[in-house]
Amino acid sequence: MNDMRLMERAVDMNETKIAAKGVQVYYGATHAIKDVSIDVPARTVTAFIGPSGCGKSTFLRCLNRMNDTIDICRVEGDIRLDGEDIYDKRVDPVQLRAKVGMVFQKPNPFPKSIYDNVAYGPRIHGLAKSKADLDEIVERALRRGAIWDEVKDRLHAPGTGLSGGQQQRLCIARAVATEPEVLLMDEPCSALDPIATAQVEELIDELRAQYSVVIVTHSMQQAARVSQKTAFFHLGHLVEFGETGQIFTNPRDPRTESYISGRIG
Amino acid sequence: MTDQTQNLGRSLLETDARTRKRNAAEARFKAFGVAAIAVALLALVVLLTSVVYNGASAFKQTYFELDIELPEAKLDKSGTRDLEVMKKVTTIGYAPILTAALEAAIEKAGIETTLDKKAIGGLISKEAAATVRNAVLANPEIVGTTQSFSILAEGRIDGYFKGRVTLESAALDSNTSPEALMLAQALADAGYADTKFNWAFLTAPDASDQRPEAAGLGVAILGSAYMMIVVLVLALPIGVAASVYLEEFAPKNRWTDLIEVNISNLAAVPSIVFGILGLAIFINFAQLNQSSPLVGGLVLTLMTLPTIIISTRAALKAVPPSIRDAALGVGASKMQSVFHHVLPLAAPGILTGTIIGLAQALGETAPLLLIGMVAFVRDYPAAYTPEAGLFGEASTALPVQVFNWTQRADPGFVERASGAIITLLVFLLIMNAIAIYLRRRFERRW
Ligand SMILES: Nc1ncnc2c1ncn2[C@@H]1O[C@H](COP(=O)(O)OP(=O)(O)O)[C@@H](O)[C@H]1O
Ligand SMILES: [Mg+2]
Repeated sequence: MNDMRLMERAVDMNETKIAAKGVQVYYGATHAIKDVSIDVPARTVTAFIGPSGCGKSTFLRCLNRMNDTIDICRVEGDIRLDGEDIYDKRVDPVQLRAKVGMVFQKPNPFPKSIYDNVAYGPRIHGLAKSKADLDEIVERALRRGAIWDEVKDRLHAPGTGLSGGQQQRLCIARAVATEPEVLLMDEPCSALDPIATAQVEELIDELRAQYSVVIVTHSMQQAARVSQKTAFFHLGHLVEFGETGQIFTNPRDPRTESYISGRIG
Repeated sequence: MTDQTQNLGRSLLETDARTRKRNAAEARFKAFGVAAIAVALLALVVLLTSVVYNGASAFKQTYFELDIELPEAKLDKSGTRDLEVMKKVTTIGYAPILTAALEAAIEKAGIETTLDKKAIGGLISKEAAATVRNAVLANPEIVGTTQSFSILAEGRIDGYFKGRVTLESAALDSNTSPEALMLAQALADAGYADTKFNWAFLTAPDASDQRPEAAGLGVAILGSAYMMIVVLVLALPIGVAASVYLEEFAPKNRWTDLIEVNISNLAAVPSIVFGILGLAIFINFAQLNQSSPLVGGLVLTLMTLPTIIISTRAALKAVPPSIRDAALGVGASKMQSVFHHVLPLAAPGILTGTIIGLAQALGETAPLLLIGMVAFVRDYPAAYTPEAGLFGEASTALPVQVFNWTQRADPGFVERASGAIITLLVFLLIMNAIAIYLRRRFERRW
C-alpha cells in the first residue's frame, strides 16, 4: 500500500516527455521491436539496457525517426512528443530531429573545423542572426559539452584532429547547439577510455537539468551511475521499466534478474 | 625419429625443409612480379622512344629566309590596289616570284648549281606561295617593295636537314635529287635557310597530301578542345546528378537495380556503337552538322557518362555513413546532408573519375570516324556562327588527325603523325596532372 503511493508520487513529479504505445518495428521480415510501450519522463536520464541485438538502438532511433533513412525499416504504433504524434503525416522529420538531438556510438565529427561542427546546426536552422550571435551559441554549446577549455584556442582546427573522448564531447556540443528538448545517446562511451567515459558521464548528469536524456548502454554500471530510470530490453520486448535503483536492486522479472546478475547477455 | 619429436631441440639457426619451401615460393612469386613490371616498363619505354624518335622532328621546320621583290606588274596590273582585282592573281602567279627570289639569293651567295629554274623552284614548298599571297592581300601597300619572308622549304629538303632524307635516298627519289639537297645545304651555310621551332605545327590547319611540311594540328586541337568543353559541360552535371540521385535518394528496388546493371553495361559498350548511335540520332534525326565538335562532343558525352556515373557512385559510397547520420542527427534535410557534407567529401573521387573519363574521350577515335570528323578540314571552326550555332562548324580532332596522317603516302607524314601523338600524350599528361593536383588539394582539407 505504502509502496503504491510512492510510485504514484514519482510519476506525478515527472511529466512525460515522450510517450510510446504499442510500437512495432520490422526490418523486412525481421520483427525487431515487439509491442513496446514506454513513457520517457522530462528532465531525467533514462537508460536502455539489454543484451546486444535486443533492439535498443532500433527503438532509440524510432524516437527521432532516424529509422526513416533505412529503406526496409517499418515502424508501427504511436509515439508522442509532448502529446504530438511524431509519425503524423504532417510532421517533417527534419524539424523533429532539431527538437530531438542524437549522439552516436562512434564519434562522428564533420571533417570541418571545431567551430563549423558546432555552428552547422544553428546555421541551417537559422538560430543566429549575426556572427556575434553564432559565436555566442558556439561558445555556450562547447561549454555545455564540457570541452570549451580544451578547444577555445583552436576553434578553427579540424574537429577530426581531437582525441576520441574530445570528439565525442564535441558531438554532444554539436547536438545541444540546436537547443533540442530531448537528447538521444546510443552507447556514447563505447569507443572511449575510462577517463573520457567519466567525463562524458559527468556531462550527461549536468545535461539532465535541461534535457530529457535517453542513453543506450551495454554497461550496467554506467546505467546505474548516470540514470534515474532504466528500461530493460530482451529479444525485442520491453521486459521491465522502472526506477534505476529498483531495477538493479529489486528486479520484478526473472529475465531482468538473470541479466543483471550476468546470466544472460 | 618420429614426427612429433622432429621440432624438439632443433636450433633456430637452421631452417627446416618446410620453411625453405615456403621461402622459395615467396621468392619465386616476387621474381614473377618484378618480371611483369619490367616487361610493362620495357614496352612503355619502347613505345615512347619510338614515338619521340619519329615525332620530335615535327616540332622543327626548315624555312628559307628570303628577301622577296613583289613586282607591281605581276601582282596588281591595274595599279589601283583594289583587292578584288588583286585576288585574281592565284598562287600560281606567285610561284615564279618566289623562285626568282631564291635564284637571287643563290647568285648573291655565289653558289654554283646545275639545277634548272623549275628544280630550284622545287626547293620551295607549294604552301609558300599562299603564305606570300595572304601577306600581300592582307597588306596591299607592300606591293612594289621588297620584303623579307620566312617561307617553308619543301618536305624532302626539310627532311634532309632533319636527317630523314640523305643524298643516297634522294638519288632514288623522283621528287628530289642530290643536287637539290646540296644546294639547300649551301644555302643554309650562307644563312638563307634555317631550321627552327615549328609553331605552325600547333597552330596551322591540315595541309593536302603533297605538303606534309605545311600540315599542322591547329584545327584538330581546337576541335578536341571544343569537344572536351561540350563533354565537361554536359557529362559532369548530368553524371553527378544521376549518381547522387541513384545513390542517395532513389529507393532500392527492381527498377533501380535494372538501371544500375544497364549503366555498368553501357560502360562496356564498344565506342564505335556510340558513333552509330550519334550518326542516327544527332545527324540523321536531329539534323546537326556533320563533323561538328557539337556532335562529336555529344557522342563522347554519351560514352563518358557511364564512366563518370560509376566513379561518382563509388566516391559517394566511400563516404562513411556516419557523416550522413551526423548531418541528419542535427536536423539537416537529406539534400543538405548530401550537398553540405557528402558531396564535398566525394569531390576528389568525382574529379578523378571525370578527368579519367575526359582523357578517355580525348583519345577516342572510332565514334568520330562515323560522324564524319575524319574529313579533311582546312578552316578553323568558329566558336559561334548564326548558321551553325555553338560549336557547329566542321572540325577534326587530335586522334582522328593521327589516324588521317598515318593513312597518307608521303613519308613526311610519319613524322607529323608521331608529332601529333606526342601532342596528344602531352595533353593527357596535363589532364592527369590536373587530376592529381585537384585530388591532393581537396584531400588536404583533412
Ligand atoms: N539496418 C538493419 N537492417 C536489418 N536488420 C537490422 C538493422 N539494424 C538492426 N537490425 C536487426 O534488428 C535487431 C536489433 O538490432 P539493434 O537495435 O541494433 O540492437 P542493439 O542496439 O540492442 O544491439 C537485430 O536483430 C538486428 O540484426
Ligand atoms: Mg546498438
